[in-house]
Amino acid sequence: MSSATLEKVPARPASRRVGRAPSRRDRWSRRAPLLPALIFAIIVTQVPFLVTLYLSTLSWNALRPGSREFTGLSNYGTVLSDGRLRAALLNTVVLTASSVIVSVLLGLGLAILLDRKFPGRGIVRTLLITPFLVMPMAAALLWKHAIYNPAYGLINGVLGGDTDWVSQYPMVAVVATLVWQWTPFMMLIILAGLQSQSLETLEAAKVDGATAWQTFLHVTLPYLRPYLELSALLGSIYLVQTFDAVFTITQGGPGTATTNLPYEIYLTTFRKFEYGEAAAAGVVVVIGTIVVATFALRVISGLFRMEVQR
Amino acid sequence: MRRLPWTILAWACGLVFFFPVLWMVLTGFKREADAASNPPTWVFAPTLDGYRQVFDRDLTPYLLNSLMASLFSTLLVLVLATPAAYALSLRPVAKWQDALFFFISTKMLPAVAALLPIYLVVKELGMLDNVWTMVILYSAMNLPLAIWMMRSFLLEVPTSVLEAAEMDGAGLLVSIRRVLLPIVSPGLAATALICFIFSWNEFFFAVNLTATRAGTAPIFLVGFISSEGLFLARLCAAATLVSLPVVLAGWLAQKQLVRGLSMGAVK
Repeated sequence: MSSATLEKVPARPASRRVGRAPSRRDRWSRRAPLLPALIFAIIVTQVPFLVTLYLSTLSWNALRPGSREFTGLSNYGTVLSDGRLRAALLNTVVLTASSVIVSVLLGLGLAILLDRKFPGRGIVRTLLITPFLVMPMAAALLWKHAIYNPAYGLINGVLGGDTDWVSQYPMVAVVATLVWQWTPFMMLIILAGLQSQSLETLEAAKVDGATAWQTFLHVTLPYLRPYLELSALLGSIYLVQTFDAVFTITQGGPGTATTNLPYEIYLTTFRKFEYGEAAAAGVVVVIGTIVVATFALRVISGLFRMEVQR
Repeated sequence: MRRLPWTILAWACGLVFFFPVLWMVLTGFKREADAASNPPTWVFAPTLDGYRQVFDRDLTPYLLNSLMASLFSTLLVLVLATPAAYALSLRPVAKWQDALFFFISTKMLPAVAALLPIYLVVKELGMLDNVWTMVILYSAMNLPLAIWMMRSFLLEVPTSVLEAAEMDGAGLLVSIRRVLLPIVSPGLAATALICFIFSWNEFFFAVNLTATRAGTAPIFLVGFISSEGLFLARLCAAATLVSLPVVLAGWLAQKQLVRGLSMGAVK
């Protein structure tokens, strides 16, 4: 049933009937169904970036009326020399990497647990995926007020003490909430991978006298690699844009301890009204993302090629 | 038997992960004083006060806004994505791989970098605090996901079936309706589920572009905590209510969920 990322080479050779050079009409009839989506995506996602590029060259603070002159690249100078942005960049990397790594590892563990048959497996699986289905804003509020609160939160209520978890361990508090939400996601993808593994390979390893641990290390883990990569990649795409949890749990604080890039740009735009600087920061983020995404797309293409070979 | 420890461990993990959700639901049925007690109250007489207060504060319009934004954006996404996926799979355009990667790359660009121009344009058009603005933005947000998913479902349609329909002289529309649609309708349902979930839960655009008229469910939740005094029980009641549709849908459609979350890559 479950087979990995199976893609076929386009089912039919592109234009069998028309011969080698497809006619103009044929090409356009192929393109027509694609165009609405393509145009929509370009207008709603690409045009704003071009506007951002333009805005980033303006000295424009919405609180100072009439100030909107062209300043060239000076916003970029401000942004790149700004300690806050560097802090935000570092926080984004720490926050994304730690939540992805921890939730992939936990997800792997849980997937291995669920890969075996045991009484109530379906119920346990249902329980496990629930955190991912809870609205992220509800989850952030729940953790902040019902769990971390120093006076009546669940942690202090059970363990005693009066530790203010959010202000003493702000990054851990945010990451723990994200890990709780994203571990089920990782588990589901890895579990699908585990269940698509052929039993024959595992049997063969057993016959050859491999221990369970050896089988896991040398057979299962390499087999799971594309699934682990896929879950980490998709998780990163979402988690790098984390906003709800930071906005709710720490407001980026204390100081800039948990201010990540989305939250920092949000502050620059809607609290300081420095439109020019916010745009420049946005462009810097996009460039950074393109660098990371190029790498990510290579991973996807790798998956892609693997599929085609099957 | 080695089964028993395994079973216990798995159940323990499941319960640990589920516990915060359970705590949220329980707290929603407590009186405010019990909700904010230290040590926590485990035994209590359930009350609906929290829920009553949530509806007194007019949750309904926020829920309707969320419903509208999620439903209409899901519809728009399916209308745009299905033909596009067709043009990238069964009857592919020349550079279908480039187009596919273009769509996925729009998913990787951070929303925050587009926020300012979108905000300015929406403001200029007088469309701030308008549900239809959210419909359009959520459609753009989910479009790449939907195209990837629908493509993976369309690729599962056996070539022979389509060819047979063609041989029988079925036109394009007839073969879409009679042959394609029945095969891919589970796929359409899975795609719709994922798009709905992501729209329902979206907060970043909602908090920056809506206010009282078009505010969605997560905006309602944020408004809750500004009040003085104890609020935990009604906050949990509200959080439970707004999470419920997605939790139920996800529970019922677990298999489609996996497929959708991996953009169709994992079957």
